[in-house]
Amino acid sequence: MNQARRYLPLAGVLAVVIGAQILASATGKAFYLTQLTMAAYYCLLIIGLCVLMGYAGQISIGHAGFFAIGGYLSSALTSHDFSAHAGTLFMRTLDRAGLLLHHQSLYGESLLSFQPWLAFAIAVAVAILIAFLLGIPVLKLKGHYLAMATLGFGIIIYRIVLAAEFFGEADGISEVPPFILLPGLSVSGDFAARVQNYYIAWGLLLAGMLLLLNLINSRTGRALRAIHGSEEAAEAIGVNTARAKLYTFVLSAAFAAVAGSFLAHFNGGIGPSEASVMKSVRYVAIVAVGGMANLWGAMAMGILLNFMSLRGMFGSYDDAVFGAILILIMLFAPQGILSLFPGKVFGTRTRAGK
Amino acid sequence: MDLSLFLQYLFAGITYGVIYAIVAIGFNIIYNTTGIINFAQGEFLMLGGMISISLLQFMPLPLAIAAAVLITMAVGALIEMVFIRWIDNPSVLRMVIITIGISILIREAALHIWGESVRTLPYFIGSSVTAVTLFGTKISPQVLIVIGTCAIIVLFLSAFFRFTSLGREMRACAANRRAATLCGINVKNMVTLSFILSAGIGALAGAVMSPITYSQYDNGTGLAIKGFTVAILGGLGNSLAAVAAGLLLGIIEAFSISILPLAFQDAVAIAILLFILFVRPHGLFGSREAARLKEF
Repeated sequence: MNQARRYLPLAGVLAVVIGAQILASATGKAFYLTQLTMAAYYCLLIIGLCVLMGYAGQISIGHAGFFAIGGYLSSALTSHDFSAHAGTLFMRTLDRAGLLLHHQSLYGESLLSFQPWLAFAIAVAVAILIAFLLGIPVLKLKGHYLAMATLGFGIIIYRIVLAAEFFGEADGISEVPPFILLPGLSVSGDFAARVQNYYIAWGLLLAGMLLLLNLINSRTGRALRAIHGSEEAAEAIGVNTARAKLYTFVLSAAFAAVAGSFLAHFNGGIGPSEASVMKSVRYVAIVAVGGMANLWGAMAMGILLNFMSLRGMFGSYDDAVFGAILILIMLFAPQGILSLFPGKVFGTRTRAGK
Repeated sequence: MDLSLFLQYLFAGITYGVIYAIVAIGFNIIYNTTGIINFAQGEFLMLGGMISISLLQFMPLPLAIAAAVLITMAVGALIEMVFIRWIDNPSVLRMVIITIGISILIREAALHIWGESVRTLPYFIGSSVTAVTLFGTKISPQVLIVIGTCAIIVLFLSAFFRFTSLGREMRACAANRRAATLCGINVKNMVTLSFILSAGIGALAGAVMSPITYSQYDNGTGLAIKGFTVAILGGLGNSLAAVAAGLLLGIIEAFSISILPLAFQDAVAIAILLFILFVRPHGLFGSREAARLKEF
């Protein structure tokens, strides 16, 4: 695929994104932008998972866990009061470097918490570290074992956030402060900043998309597809399969953690449902609907289904809808829903369902 | 820890252990005939408990449980015929995703039928405070019923697989599908039968455990994870080893309560699962060579 063909769709999506914003603002339906912003953050996780599942062929039913690590650590570090630890050398060093935030509570007590940038970096770094440590043993497993091991990881994270006081137990964490990216540009749920946040989310998503598109069309991407085809054959032609799988796993976990962190700041909070198994299954379902090895398909379905779900279109059948989608797609169209339409409009086809 | 408390923990561990073993055996039966892991196995236990609770309003307890078991068996057969039977040579990834989807649909259906409330069957003998004294410690008779039922299920299954021709045919499918077909065994029917069988034992276990563990629309997932841990721990496909592994996990879990908060009980089981998967994916009792031949 030549360069122009790779980037042309990206420009097209950008045009649609801008068009949608102008249309929504002009017709007084700006509230749609809130759901589109959230959908874009979920989609960031989904495109990362798409590369892991579709291209490297490794299933993960624990990605909500990485999302929660990103979201919860960002939230906890920026909204809890750490003044009790202010005297420690670690905190004093951070303070001197200007990485801590002094502010006052409603009652005038002085509070001490982490700067969002630092919290974000810690959250993503922790997710990467955990993905790395988990990935080394887990990715040796295949099929059922890999599915169960990642599912088990997801449940452990869910249990921890549900049981730990630091993470707010069943209530989650609320009143997470805005994430000031640059002066005048911040991730927050403030109504005035809605349009700004819409573009932050979509800018992040498209940047992620660009990164992954380049990745799958590179030497590494070809190696990943070789692994999906046959791990033994890939090994035989000199692909370091263990390393390629591990890096993809870590990369997709990092995408999930970034998405979690940004969405927590945007929503001003995070709750344990974000870490639940059902969320992980939902992400797998969306990747499957998109056609497994089809980044554009995953992105389109990620936006569409998340938007519909966030608008409450599925009512109390929300989870059931995703379960049904999962079954129907796997039974009748394992190549993704776009494969049901003739032609090659929707990008490359692969043997993802096999 | 004094002896009485020790025995209390031990019996709690054995009770949960045999339930996990039944779930694991359910996994094994289906795995042996199809090579797939049915992620909806835990839902059969939930259905067994929930349906018997609902039927209890219309009929006496033994009849309600029997009917619940039969209905769940029909559900198992239906699942196999609608979703599994007509797929030729499916990949593992595809089957994993389909059975996860099935488990979600059953759970959501249960949520819409029974709601979120926690339900329970009454104690079969006496009430929740009735106790028999065993080795100097007080045990609820329900605990003995659960252990006894699970023991009977295991004995029945081993007799079934060993002495009946139907059981032998199912084992033939497990050993070699193609050879079994050549011998005139209808492999597809055997697969349906394996779903019926594992749905049935799941439902029975789900009904007898209901007074102790309660039934709720979503308690299948937890049981499935524990059951899978046990199945792996014993070596996938090996049902007698699953019993030993189930008791082991149940007892470890029960004693973990004395050190860790209750909320982390599940995390203990899953940590064991992850650990076993990493160091001995062929199980404590399985053989490394045999495991290499299977497609995981």
